[in-house]
Amino acid sequence: MSDAHTAVHGGHHPVDPSVPVEYHHEENSLRIAGFWVFLGSDLVLFSCLFATYVVMHGRTAGGPTSNQLFDVTGFTIETIALLFSSFTCGLATYEMRRGNRNAMVMWLLITIALGLVFIGFEVTEFVQDASSGARMQTSGFLSAFYTLVGTHGCHVSMGILWMTGLVFQLLRRGITPITARKVFIVSIYWHFLDAVWIFIFTVVYLTGKVL
Amino acid sequence: MLDEGPMIWTSDVLIVLATIGIIAVLSYFKLWKWLWDNWLTTVDHKKIGIMYLIAAILMLFRGGVDGLLMRAQLSWPGLHILNADHYDQIFTTHGTIMILFMAMPALIGFFNVAVPLQIGCRDVAFPYLNAISFWLFFVAAMLFNLSFVVGGSPDGGWTSYTPYVETMFDPGPGENYFLVALQITGIGTIATGVNFLLTILRMRAPGMTLMRMPMFTWSVFITSVIIVFAFPVLTVALALLLIDRDFGAHFFTVTAGGMPMQYVNLFWIWGHPEVYIVILPAFGIFSEVFSTFARKRLFGYSAMVVSMVSIAILSFVVWVHHFFTMGAGPGVNSFFGVSTMAIAVPTGVKLFNWLFTMHKGRIEYTSAMLWAVGFIPNFLIGGLTGVMLAVPPADYQYHNSYFLVAHFHYVLIAGTVFGVFAALYYWWPKMFGVLLNERLGRWHFWTFMIGFNICFFPMFFLGFMGMTRRVYTYQAGYGWGVINLIETFGALLMGVGFLFFVYNILWSARFGERDTTGDPWDARTLEWATTSPAPHYNFARIPEVKGRDAWWLMKKNGETINGPKGVPFEPIHMPNDSGRPIIMSVFFFIAGAGFVFEWWILAIIGLAGVLVTMALRSFEYDDHHYIPVEEIEKTEAAAGRL
Repeated sequence: MSDAHTAVHGGHHPVDPSVPVEYHHEENSLRIAGFWVFLGSDLVLFSCLFATYVVMHGRTAGGPTSNQLFDVTGFTIETIALLFSSFTCGLATYEMRRGNRNAMVMWLLITIALGLVFIGFEVTEFVQDASSGARMQTSGFLSAFYTLVGTHGCHVSMGILWMTGLVFQLLRRGITPITARKVFIVSIYWHFLDAVWIFIFTVVYLTGKVL
Repeated sequence: MLDEGPMIWTSDVLIVLATIGIIAVLSYFKLWKWLWDNWLTTVDHKKIGIMYLIAAILMLFRGGVDGLLMRAQLSWPGLHILNADHYDQIFTTHGTIMILFMAMPALIGFFNVAVPLQIGCRDVAFPYLNAISFWLFFVAAMLFNLSFVVGGSPDGGWTSYTPYVETMFDPGPGENYFLVALQITGIGTIATGVNFLLTILRMRAPGMTLMRMPMFTWSVFITSVIIVFAFPVLTVALALLLIDRDFGAHFFTVTAGGMPMQYVNLFWIWGHPEVYIVILPAFGIFSEVFSTFARKRLFGYSAMVVSMVSIAILSFVVWVHHFFTMGAGPGVNSFFGVSTMAIAVPTGVKLFNWLFTMHKGRIEYTSAMLWAVGFIPNFLIGGLTGVMLAVPPADYQYHNSYFLVAHFHYVLIAGTVFGVFAALYYWWPKMFGVLLNERLGRWHFWTFMIGFNICFFPMFFLGFMGMTRRVYTYQAGYGWGVINLIETFGALLMGVGFLFFVYNILWSARFGERDTTGDPWDARTLEWATTSPAPHYNFARIPEVKGRDAWWLMKKNGETINGPKGVPFEPIHMPNDSGRPIIMSVFFFIAGAGFVFEWWILAIIGLAGVLVTMALRSFEYDDHHYIPVEEIEKTEAAAGRL
């Protein structure tokens, strides 16, 4: 019990040194599993928002329809930025496993930058739409649109703040089982948001352009 | 505030006096530091459980007073004890408080008190998160209760159906209180679900396989799964409605494309599983009590588990039975009618298993056992009338009548409230090291149980006679007067039962029998293997589990919890206490108040505070300590376990 984190309160599970660094202590594995369960509940949350959006899609109350509103260039850039950021986030995890802190921090910073590009385009899209009269108060359709896409955007913003905090911790402490676990969890979160975006891209934007 | 009338003024004065009183007492006895160090900052699951229970009993009192006020108003035709507005607010707060701020926290309190001990571990999976869950519930409850004196309580019923609760028909902050308070407590509840799911999956003592877990732990596990999948739906329903009300969106309005039915669907997709969130843990409690006091192992263990899993699955496919009359059509109604009735099958399996557990047992009628035995016939009435309601054509007759009110009180009081009382008598010695008085317990049981039946059984007939729920007053010619008067006396008798319980707590704290053995009931599961109350590390040595009813087996084989003598203890790793969960929750409260009154500066300050406390936690690394061996030896020696 020399290592401070060998045992979870109660710790009786052995530690396997052959697993990746973020799983090096039972406590870490527990927290990662807990985060997966949290993502399960977050998935339910997004499902309900999607269901509401689908119900509301045609309810435009004389306001703009999705076809009139959505800008192909904008949402294509958003999609590319976010999908690419998931890739760079994966590279950060890869460098973490190889123990290269500086490369890892660099890929995380690139991920954050791509996230900011995504948020920038999304905010621009929202502001343009709203100033042209397509506001949340205009119709049921727009209420559902802003809420679904905006909830995803809030998640991404949270992810950016979170990842930025972790970059500081990495610079101060290097790659330890604890910082590795934290980065691994934020990367699961980031990939999850990417997966949700694929559904938004399909259900909201692509469908919205043709239906 | 000045034009709100004597009822609110009196409440204002009482709240101010009570607050001054509490502050004065704490300051006079110099208890602030003690309170902060031992309770407000604790991450010990047992203390958090006790705090949940204290809050839940206070809320039971508040919700009970609401109930008595309603019964007073309805006790005779044409009464105007309350005005119509207050009556609406009171039935709304009664329902909301009883379900979300009484039943759930009471049960979650027992999750905390019993589950880690039952599975032989030292803590929950995420102790810090557990403290956050509690404080979020607590500040949400305070915010909700504040509504009565600041700005008005919600008045749209505990279901808050749209479009009635949209700003157009229901202006003012009342409904916002409902939405924000439930949202805050709901976040905490999701965290609790995640926490106990992981605690039970990953923290079990060696040898404690899933099929060796105590039935209460099983029920908590399944309840946690339901929470994780159901509560986010409530989060969405409340958030969308709040966006409608605070920002003028059109999810559920009748104008600009809004669709009120979407709210009703979302609400009940959460709302029906919620019924099982508050009943399955009670089923778990009854299973423990029956096998302990019948001195037999639980009959049909695997069938019990399978039944609970089926109930959990079915609970997600019955929500439409809450609105059969809204015109979904015969196909949809039939499907949901049949799926609803199907729940009676696994529930019936459980009832028979409890009866078979008692069959040929050496039954000991302790107070806990009385509540468990009393549960069976009363819950049966609730269940069977539930099947009657599940028949869509018949439901067109009962819908929103007092028949329904009687049904759900029979299910929730005979199920959940009896379960909570059984658990309180059963686990009280484990929590406080002292037994509740059995004689007062019997008085409590009989007055409450008889009062309950007098209060609610006649409601079935009132329903058939056409009295609908949420009526504020009625005329003399309907013939409802005498029945309502009888019911009011029943409600008063239930209040007397509650007073017996409170007196029992006070009496037992002073004169009650101390539990020096740790196992006053000669019980079967691991929580009784340690001292009462358990030391904060629960077990000096993690027990080795060799079968179901682990402690019973150990006792039979003459083993002790600390194992063979002479083997040295090891230091125990424990999480540090932290003041951050309560501080973070206060920021949630501030943000919540901002959303209630649409005062955005306050909301932003609150949310920023939440973010900052989260960031501070992320940068905190020194969050655990070790209990040295000498301290463990001292504690165990004092308990006579060396």
